[in-house]
Amino acid sequence: MGFSRVINDALPLLLEGLKLTVLVSLASIAIGMVIGLFVCLMKMSKNIVLRAIAGVYIWIIRGTPMLVQALIIFLGVPQLIQMAVKDFRFDAVTAGIITLSLNAGAYLAEIYRGGIMAVPKGQTEAARSLGLSKSKTMRKVVLPQALKFSVPSLVNQFIITIKDTSILTVIGMAEVVNKAQQYVGSTFVYFETYSIVALMYLAIISLLMVLSNYIEKKLKYEEKKSGK
Amino acid sequence: MASDNRKEKIVVTGLHKYFDKNEVLKGIDAVIYEGEVVCVIGPSGSGKSTFLRCLNKLEELTSGKIVIDDYDITDKKVDINKVRENIGMVFQQFNLFPNMTVKKNIMMAPVELKKMTKAEAEKKAVQLLSRVGLSDKAEAYPGELSGGQQQRVAIARALAMNPDIMLFDEPTSALDPEMVGEVLDVMKELAEEGMTMVVVTHEMGFAREVSDRVLFMADGGIMEEGSPERLFGNPQNERTQDFLKKVL
Repeated sequence: MGFSRVINDALPLLLEGLKLTVLVSLASIAIGMVIGLFVCLMKMSKNIVLRAIAGVYIWIIRGTPMLVQALIIFLGVPQLIQMAVKDFRFDAVTAGIITLSLNAGAYLAEIYRGGIMAVPKGQTEAARSLGLSKSKTMRKVVLPQALKFSVPSLVNQFIITIKDTSILTVIGMAEVVNKAQQYVGSTFVYFETYSIVALMYLAIISLLMVLSNYIEKKLKYEEKKSGK
Repeated sequence: MASDNRKEKIVVTGLHKYFDKNEVLKGIDAVIYEGEVVCVIGPSGSGKSTFLRCLNKLEELTSGKIVIDDYDITDKKVDINKVRENIGMVFQQFNLFPNMTVKKNIMMAPVELKKMTKAEAEKKAVQLLSRVGLSDKAEAYPGELSGGQQQRVAIARALAMNPDIMLFDEPTSALDPEMVGEVLDVMKELAEEGMTMVVVTHEMGFAREVSDRVLFMADGGIMEEGSPERLFGNPQNERTQDFLKKVL
């Protein structure tokens, strides 16, 4: 089998792609978490306009394939902007990060919302009765607990985001699958090359799962005697 | 009444509360005087807890007026958060913050609301914990405590803000019987120190022994009120007689 050949020939190339995969994933997760938080708070706000904006955003992102979103952002949106700014273009990495962040943001918003709703109402009441404002109650009491409830779903979404970077090969972003395609295009060693790519994803995601188990354990504070 | 020359602490006039179309409070008028301990008793569904929760606006009232220390809390211009700083509340389900240690639970509000520095709040927490007999539990998490201990921490947490009114919403109803006493003892001490207290309770012994005045509520209204001796010894209202016959 040609594994040793692929490793000898293409490993630097693949690792270079993997580096971009990881960087784009990290950036998109970070930006997506911030977007998600704002969208979640908008969706839970009393203001109907904010709620509507958040709802439409989540609806569009969830209702369309990410592949199509990536094409619109990379090819479609610049065309619009070119009407005002001549020669405007996104590079593939920027368009990729925008796509992934917007995508993760929509799903993360719903994950946060689920976590917030899982915090018992009594927690809010206790904080408010002490004189904390609504926003302080949210920041100091509700969100930290909501985050804990959300960890398993958050990790799940991170995994999806990491894997979804591979879709961005269609807009020519030079992540690991894109690099692999370059290599097999001239050498035709499909099985070995793509297997190695798969193993790389598996390694990264396993690492993430180990990390999440550790975090979950760290966040475990109750459940000793309370039993409720 | 002898209390007429005392300072009015809470004045409730014409309080109505609807949940959707269901009228839960049907026009309540009540005055709580400074330093007074008032127990609210009555059958479940009578609106006792809703009444109590209106006093710090955890429940939005439908109509009527509540004045606390000359602040009309039904006035939108009054900052309810400021008023709440002076009103401690203790809940049936304790509602301690499970992700914070006992000490952090107590320190959180005074520090966040800039009433005390961290060091001051810590000192206060230590002092309050010794007062409720839980000095050794400062670093424990609520989940590691018994119900009675949790409720005593909840009282300490409320007291950390130095409130001059304390509201208790059935503070012993979720407790195992053997833990009721320890919580009532802390409340009794508080009453003796002159705290203004409104206590919704099913503990008739406590109401009789500790309160200055008892309100009997049924069907969303105050049916009868009076000193514990009078109300328990010689109830006038038919509903009160009926209720007391069942619970005593």
